[in-house]
Amino acid sequence: MTAPELSQPMPRTRKRMNATYRWWWVFQRVSGVILVVLIFTHLFVNLMMGDGVSQIDFAFVAGKWAAWYWQVIDFVMLLLAMLHGTNGMSYLINDYARSRRSRAILQAILGIAAVVIIVLGSLVIWTFEPCPVDATGAFLPGVPSGCPFN
Amino acid sequence: MWVVHRVTGVAIFFFLVVHVIDTSLVRVSPEAYNEVIGSYKTPLYGLVEAGLVAAILLHAFNGLRVIAVDRWTWALRHQRMLVWIVWALFAVGMAGFLPRHLMHVFGGAA
Repeated sequence: MTAPELSQPMPRTRKRMNATYRWWWVFQRVSGVILVVLIFTHLFVNLMMGDGVSQIDFAFVAGKWAAWYWQVIDFVMLLLAMLHGTNGMSYLINDYARSRRSRAILQAILGIAAVVIIVLGSLVIWTFEPCPVDATGAFLPGVPSGCPFN
Repeated sequence: MWVVHRVTGVAIFFFLVVHVIDTSLVRVSPEAYNEVIGSYKTPLYGLVEAGLVAAILLHAFNGLRVIAVDRWTWALRHQRMLVWIVWALFAVGMAGFLPRHLMHVFGGAA
């Protein structure tokens, strides 16, 4: 028996990662930096300013989403955070799932969960109704005191 | 740090999923949302939130360190110091957040 002939060592170039993985790898870093800004702002505005967590109720959310830029900020944050988190979880599944089968199952569950959460969250942000009414047209209890807004 | 990054990442991911679902209650009714959000204002959840913010700060600063170490040889050469900077920034962030948050939770204002 002779040892197999050694080929040239693989050069350390960017090409070692396939294009899709490479794209996600870059995305993970770029989205990470953006998320630091977005989430720090989110935490500061919601938990530090005003009365912190005790101020948060339906009217607080309605007040924020009355401004289009909070809708955009929250939507971008939702999208980037879910994709960043999903990609991170996907790395962990690849690292820790033992069999090909368990890996495929876990990745599928993760993918479905990500799509469901992104779609649900997007619908909530973009179809938000600050003054919801019941079947008779009366405002539901708990609507902001200024309802209806025009 | 590698383990810290993974553990905090997983914790934040699961919170994010729950957080999108609880926020989606604003489309059910104001009362449903207020009731669930009300439970976040209890002392127990107040402490869980503090833990969540701690996880986010740590994951954020450490993530920036990982990028720096990958990107710049200066950072690679000083990576031990950068780990200390991550912990220092984390400590400063928590020192700014924690007293105010605990006042909101335990202050009895709402």
